[in-house]
Amino acid sequence: MCTLSERILGASAGAYVDRHVDRAYAHDGTGVLTLEAWKSMGGDQLTHTTSLSMLFDHIVPANNGTTATLQHELRDFARSSFMHFTDVGEGICHQLMSEGIVLPGEIVVGADSHSVTLGAFGAFATGVGATDMAGIWLTGETWFRVPESIGIHLSGSFTGSAEAKDLALTYVGKLGTDGATYQALEFVGEGAGCLSIDERLVLSNLSVEAGAKAGLFYADDVTVRYLKERGHDVSLQVPESCTYVQELDLDLADIEPLVAVPHRVDTVKPVRDLAGLPLDQVFVGTCTNGRYSDLARFAGIVKGKKVAVRTIVIPASASILAQAIRSGILTDIIEAGCTIGTPGCGPCIGYHMGVLGEGEICLSTANRNFKNRMGVSGEIYLASVATAAASALEGEIAAPEVA
Amino acid sequence: MQGQGNAVCLPADIDTDVMIAGRYLRTKDRSIWAAHVFEDLDPVIAQRLKGAVIIAGKNFGCGSSREQAPVALREAGVVAVIAPTFARIFFRNAINIGLPLIESTLTCPEGSTIRFNLTEGWVETGGNRSAIRPLSPRMQEILTAGGLVEYWRSHR
Repeated sequence: MCTLSERILGASAGAYVDRHVDRAYAHDGTGVLTLEAWKSMGGDQLTHTTSLSMLFDHIVPANNGTTATLQHELRDFARSSFMHFTDVGEGICHQLMSEGIVLPGEIVVGADSHSVTLGAFGAFATGVGATDMAGIWLTGETWFRVPESIGIHLSGSFTGSAEAKDLALTYVGKLGTDGATYQALEFVGEGAGCLSIDERLVLSNLSVEAGAKAGLFYADDVTVRYLKERGHDVSLQVPESCTYVQELDLDLADIEPLVAVPHRVDTVKPVRDLAGLPLDQVFVGTCTNGRYSDLARFAGIVKGKKVAVRTIVIPASASILAQAIRSGILTDIIEAGCTIGTPGCGPCIGYHMGVLGEGEICLSTANRNFKNRMGVSGEIYLASVATAAASALEGEIAAPEVA
Repeated sequence: MQGQGNAVCLPADIDTDVMIAGRYLRTKDRSIWAAHVFEDLDPVIAQRLKGAVIIAGKNFGCGSSREQAPVALREAGVVAVIAPTFARIFFRNAINIGLPLIESTLTCPEGSTIRFNLTEGWVETGGNRSAIRPLSPRMQEILTAGGLVEYWRSHR
């Protein structure tokens, strides 16, 4: 047992284990079927509610009566069962779990594919579907196949206007959408230690776009400090020299701004190759790039200027929104001509509030550009926050200026 | 566990958004998912899925964790899905709702009869048998029970 996945799951790669789940969460999208499955399994009273969360984020506030009725039933259940519950506008499930809840060494399961985001803390965090989550509600446990790991060795630091999103798109482009299927990613090396928690969350978030089961960073001084500020004393996780099934060496200094073109996350191109492509919408937000540091970066570029295309900015959580108000960057964003959405997933999944019309093209800081995802016949280009800001100002895809 | 059906061929890297689009998820009415399955890929394919064995390329079911995707396939009448690899959440979801998945690399003979036997570990097309990668013992138990709901109903 050497890799962090093996250490946390307590068995060697390839083994099947049953494990208690430290944190299990669902949202308004997956929670409906979870509740139905749990009842069908014979569930009538939740017992281990301190480890369970229900976090509304997918269609917030509800877009119509059908959604509102489904949410009403789920909200009543979550409240009456005493699980941790957050309502519309409090934020995206993964973001809320990152604000001082998930701790290093924990086993975290979310009923959402982007639950891998929490691997940034040195937790084994993975996504499941609704029925698996129902099983966890019923028993507190689930089964895992301990994954082999791909080592992503990071060195150096970012130059120019490259950011964590560009690094994430780089490794997804290199591995391919199924390059890490059934496996975990481990981000190691001195370059990993230089990344902030926000940057690590971006890298872990995209790991599922390479098919990975989890994307982990070892808890280091940066992790300890972040969690200390949020009331937790945690220990370091010291990496050992492990044998990986595959290794990827990435020098952050070589990373350049990229765009993932429709309809795959692994079809990446340098931004400059797409410069001039007219846009109908720019969207900044999501569990990938809706954090305060993202909003601050965006505001820093658009402040005092005017966007040339409709631009929707959605903070990933209410606390991020409040911080953006207090610091004044929200005013900068609004005065640049952008509009602000309720903290949550926004139009990323194509449900509401910012979906695309036929033939419209959107540059988004999200993590998926699948066909029709944000609306039938709409096209999605994925990029960094700086690229989104530069493109919003031009009304077309534009490379960010070198800082 | 065994079964058979007519081959319906699909390419590699089919994501769950294309199996059932986000715009149809806000309901518990499974017939809606069955009616719109693969709509953005091929608007008429749903009619061919009754009694079908889907033979797809690698990485079937990548993307979102939405369980409505395998449910839509099952409700549309899909008997089993064969692919070289499956995205892992889809893999768990399908077995959890009782839809057999078979890891095997087959050239897809559109419309031909495909037979499979998970217990004995083979798929057969045109008289040719191919080996399959066996499911883990736990997944076999869950699938044999009919899904995770039925598994837990009988294990508690």
